[in-house]
Amino acid sequence: MYWNREMECMPAEKRQKLQLMRLRELVRRVYENVPHYQRVLREAGLRPGDVKSLDNLAHLPFTAKEDLRRTYPFGLFATPLANTVRVHASSGTTGKPIVVGYTRKDIDTWSEVMARTLMCAGVKDDDIIQIAYGYGLFTGGLGVHYGAEKIGATVVPISVGNTKRQIMLMEDFGTTALACTPSYALHLSEVLEEMGTDRSRIRLRVGVFGAESWSPQMAREIEKKLNVVAVDIFGLSEIIGPGVASECLYNTGLHIFDDHFLPEIIDPATGTQLPPGEEGELVITTLTKEAFPLIRYRTRDIATLHAEPCPCGRTHVRMSKVMGRTDDMLIIRGVNVFPSQIESVLLEIGHAEPHYLLVVDRKSPLDHLEVWVEVSERFFRDEVRHLESLGKTIKREIEGTLGIGVEVKLVEPKTIERSQGKAKRVVDKRDLPGKNKP
Amino acid sequence: MWVKQISVFLENKSGRLAAVARLLADNGFNIRALSIADTSDFGILRLIVNDPARAYQVLKDAGFTVSETEVLAVEVPDRPGGLAGVLDLLHDTGINIEYLYAFVSKSGGNALVLLKVEALERAVEVLGANGIQVQDYHIVHQI
Ligand SMILES: [Zn+2]
Repeated sequence: MYWNREMECMPAEKRQKLQLMRLRELVRRVYENVPHYQRVLREAGLRPGDVKSLDNLAHLPFTAKEDLRRTYPFGLFATPLANTVRVHASSGTTGKPIVVGYTRKDIDTWSEVMARTLMCAGVKDDDIIQIAYGYGLFTGGLGVHYGAEKIGATVVPISVGNTKRQIMLMEDFGTTALACTPSYALHLSEVLEEMGTDRSRIRLRVGVFGAESWSPQMAREIEKKLNVVAVDIFGLSEIIGPGVASECLYNTGLHIFDDHFLPEIIDPATGTQLPPGEEGELVITTLTKEAFPLIRYRTRDIATLHAEPCPCGRTHVRMSKVMGRTDDMLIIRGVNVFPSQIESVLLEIGHAEPHYLLVVDRKSPLDHLEVWVEVSERFFRDEVRHLESLGKTIKREIEGTLGIGVEVKLVEPKTIERSQGKAKRVVDKRDLPGKNKP
Repeated sequence: MWVKQISVFLENKSGRLAAVARLLADNGFNIRALSIADTSDFGILRLIVNDPARAYQVLKDAGFTVSETEVLAVEVPDRPGGLAGVLDLLHDTGINIEYLYAFVSKSGGNALVLLKVEALERAVEVLGANGIQVQDYHIVHQI
């Protein structure tokens, strides 16, 4: 099932031609209309006509989140406000939000890629879709909404919250598809359980979940608890909102709609492009956006790219699930380590809410990684050997996942500092140049 | 019936044991017996106090990882070989002792030893049949 077979199954070579044409046009547009881009392209010694092949992409300057903040609110818009029909903004907890704009054509593009996303997940015109993403400045609700209407599904624009009411309508309407964040899906499944709802009255069969990074284990848990196929959809408001990439039903990663969003993976430390299959920072160029086009936007998400064809027939480049954020990445003995990897190991062992801290030190000549894990009541038994074997299990599993040796230290609860409800995950005692830079 | 022992997870760093002792003292608890099992990284503090249920809550509220374990308080004749006799009895019936430690006060001329075994009821049976007294919960926590 495709929304746009021509674009989704286009032969790679033909798509590359389309991408190059769109890239050249994009560079010309931003050069002419956005002072920031004109300046950085000039500084790089580039003129719009210099882009002659897709390989030239690697010469273009990156756009960073700071550039978006610095030009708040409309500084990076490439079209006059008269042509801008919508703005969305990030829900940044600190300082000014990041503002993005859409022309009427951008809204059409967004609906198109969201329609593809939903079809990719197996949602059709006869589905009843409950959209429990927030509506408003956040892109989740409205993004999914337009795509769902485009494919002709019956849309229930309920937004997030009021979970009991969500469940009541789900039962009464016979909702078949759910769109929300994975953590809200889990919450909903718990309330469903508490309410003792007759499960035969819940007709849900598919969930399109995104806007947070979530582990494959969490996906399996949601599938089990809600009795749905859990599809990971990826997007970020800077690029367009939801609809940048989506899993299909073959579980092969997320298809990036790369006729609109041109992806690259780079080494976050050096900015060098990495070949397919290698792990690094996802960078996206918006090939067709009018109001808020971005060149080589550094998403700070860590993933891999894969070009092999998918059994579903789509020829789009695929990305892995997001593995972590560059903000959190550590390089230990040459290996990239993300706190999220430790987290999934602990989740797997059975820590419901793992509290841990990674302490990195350089005990010459090697980096040394210590993982502190708080011993929660669930894991505490009055036996030394039980605790010792818990420590050994954690050590073995983490080493298996990371591929490097670690020390595991069991610590008392609340040893690991929390700030604003979020735990600090990393203490890096090494004296490395630029180690804390994003 | 069983004596309720409070076990506390402690990191092996200075001041942690003192912190528990101070917390319990400030809340009016009396520590009747204690032992520490430790490794190079962490320790388990085992305590017998008056009002174990409240002590559990106080420690938990203060952020410690706590568990409650049932142990036996066995009267051991206060003479050479007294303890050995008790241990032999249990060993001969295949009851495995995980750990033991002594109570500070005596009970009617006998020493009081706290035993952690898996087969609690069976241990009481064996000891009782051989004339060895196992002390009741209420008595031990009030001594
Ligand atoms: Zn596919």
